[in-house]
Amino acid sequence: MKTFNIGGVHPAENKLSAAQPIKVAAIPKQAVFSMFQHIGAPAVPVVKKGDEVKVGTLLGEAGKGLSVPVFSSVSGKVNKVDAVLDSSGTRRMAVVVDVEGDEWLETIDRSDKLVTMKDLGNITAEEVVNRIKAAGIVGMGGATFPTGVKLMPPPGTKAEAIIVNAVECEPYLTADHRLMLEKPEQILVGIQLIKHAVNCPKAYIGIEMNKPDAIHLLTNLLKEKAAQYPGIEVVPLKVKYPQGGEKQLIDAVIGRQVPAPPALPINVGAIVQNVGTVYAIYEAVTKNKPLIERIITVTGKSVKQPSNFLARIGTPMQQLIDEAGGLPEDTGKIIGGGPMMGRALMSLEVPVTKGSSGLLLMTEKESRRGEVSPCIRCAKCVSACPMGLEPYLLASYTRLKDWDGCEKNDVTSCIECGSCAFTCPSNRPLLDNIRVAKQTVMGIIKARHMESITKK
Amino acid sequence: MNVILIAVIVLGGIGLVAALILFLAGKKFAVHEDERIAKVAEVLPQANCGGCGFPGCSGFAGACVKAADKGSLEGLLCPVGGQPVMEQVADILGMKAEASAPKVAVVRCNGTCESRPRIAEFDGAQSCKVQQMLGSGETACAYGCLGCGDCVAACQFDAIRMNPETGLPEVDEEKCTACGACSKACPRGIIEIRLKGLKNRRVVVLCNNKDKGAQTRKACSVGCIACQKCVKVCKFEAITVDANLAHIDAEKCKLCRKCEDECPQNAIHAFNFPPRKPKVEAPVADAPAAPAVNPVPNVEPAKEQEKA
Repeated sequence: MKTFNIGGVHPAENKLSAAQPIKVAAIPKQAVFSMFQHIGAPAVPVVKKGDEVKVGTLLGEAGKGLSVPVFSSVSGKVNKVDAVLDSSGTRRMAVVVDVEGDEWLETIDRSDKLVTMKDLGNITAEEVVNRIKAAGIVGMGGATFPTGVKLMPPPGTKAEAIIVNAVECEPYLTADHRLMLEKPEQILVGIQLIKHAVNCPKAYIGIEMNKPDAIHLLTNLLKEKAAQYPGIEVVPLKVKYPQGGEKQLIDAVIGRQVPAPPALPINVGAIVQNVGTVYAIYEAVTKNKPLIERIITVTGKSVKQPSNFLARIGTPMQQLIDEAGGLPEDTGKIIGGGPMMGRALMSLEVPVTKGSSGLLLMTEKESRRGEVSPCIRCAKCVSACPMGLEPYLLASYTRLKDWDGCEKNDVTSCIECGSCAFTCPSNRPLLDNIRVAKQTVMGIIKARHMESITKK
Repeated sequence: MNVILIAVIVLGGIGLVAALILFLAGKKFAVHEDERIAKVAEVLPQANCGGCGFPGCSGFAGACVKAADKGSLEGLLCPVGGQPVMEQVADILGMKAEASAPKVAVVRCNGTCESRPRIAEFDGAQSCKVQQMLGSGETACAYGCLGCGDCVAACQFDAIRMNPETGLPEVDEEKCTACGACSKACPRGIIEIRLKGLKNRRVVVLCNNKDKGAQTRKACSVGCIACQKCVKVCKFEAITVDANLAHIDAEKCKLCRKCEDECPQNAIHAFNFPPRKPKVEAPVADAPAAPAVNPVPNVEPAKEQEKA
């Protein structure tokens, strides 16, 4: 069984909502569209208070540089354009829409009918990428990197393998799993579109073995319609966290290692796309539908009905929790995302964004971190680190503010997966410290770079 | 006998040749260091805190000598030694010291446990920097003190401590050298290095919240809501409101304390003034030397009053 070579851990899977079909969440009364839903420059609002919007109306155009546009997922009137509390815990620019009815732009095809490559005729690769860019699609696994940029390999590189990330290695989350079971053919068409866009003959779908039904379904589908979907292969993977990390997945599926930053996956000929992103690409290209809704898992051990929702972006988290049976009394922590890499939310008014893959309600008991004790040099973190770093060492360097030491020990390679802190028997907050070092060292590197430019 | 003589001659010869080489090398590769640098470094405090902006005391001494050659010591100040040390430095270099007003670190947050209720609990690594990276902290104020004491750890002079009752850092004005290490360590930029003021008296807006008034009020009962009342009452145009936050210019402020009385949020505080007499008399406005006399019993700890 294939998997990545270095490190990794296996937390309890807890996929409570795996058998729950995707439910369409109710349209909210008020929707909040953050302009900061992606990595890069924020979108710039183009509507003002009192404007009428429909589903699919552009709310914010892409900012300068790396950025994507933001669209309305509801119809109604713009209540305000103001700084609103979002999942980062701070107030940032957003458009708030009071919902009236559910009127869609006529350009969007709302039918369920499958559109194949044949139906699209001879659409050019550029056209595919342009539609993806115009639809505001970002990486939907949580990293929210603008997808259009990823599909334009820099000169001198060539895509040799598309890898579809259907690993969903985070415990509890089942959004990608359900999507594969319910929209398998749409995903295959989406993969064809990506292959077409970057002119790459080969695509792999990496799925962990804890989703046998999805592996089975997709393998059979590919066997039956081999002529229609050529060059796509399902790769079952051993269950191990963080297999969904881009570099780990490339190692697991095609056995290539991405060098340390600033090298990118494309430098080894790979393009990785989350399965949710692939579905969004399908909808954007074939149905002309911008990214306005996504699948989000609402789960937790004491949640009455752990569910997978198809929620409009901008829906307040509170509403999804209500639909999943209400907030359990013993809730200690609410996490946006999965338990390993997610972030605790400060408020339930926070809206669903393009990167919201899950909402995890932890009980009071689960949410407590254990008491911190001294490092016993057991090196469990070293064997767990999927990037081959020495987390205990980096954390010590951070405490001593030895940024040179951090840089020499490749702190910038850290993918912040949290395997070190998860495995530490002394409950040391390793990742907390390493994150500080990573940010600081990246700042230093940037400053050095700027200095060298100005000197020249 | 002969053997001894040969040994002496050979060794003496080698010694002479080696001495000659060393002498020539010493001449050729001599690093010329201005002796004034060593002299200046001698009078510096040797705390190597970096508060002057140079790498350690010898770096600062070098910068002073360089500046003296150019003709002026302007802009150079050892915050630890202050004016006396700078005068000594100026003496050595045959210059006149620029007059510099002493400064002190001021914590611009008064969000104590009562005035700024906790709405969340942070149980990660106890560091302000980590907390700042992960969210808005334990309170609803995204600008206020995080309370993990990064500033305390940064201080080399033991001049700043956390008060467990308020959860806020407190500066010991006698020990504080205004080196600015705490200010740099604070991820929210709450600590300001501010003029100490006449007789150490200062009037300061103790808030850093740049949210709109309504949001600030929800998060904290003593936050600046940018109502502009202080701006209107100030006769000296010392107060400006920028990004929903009032700021008092220490150079323009005449310490009349009118703004302190006017502030509806009690966000403006006066430090080191003698206690106001209980009777309300006509306030003496613009004479900084004369203490103002309105009754405000709530401000400063007794220790600081004695000093004043």
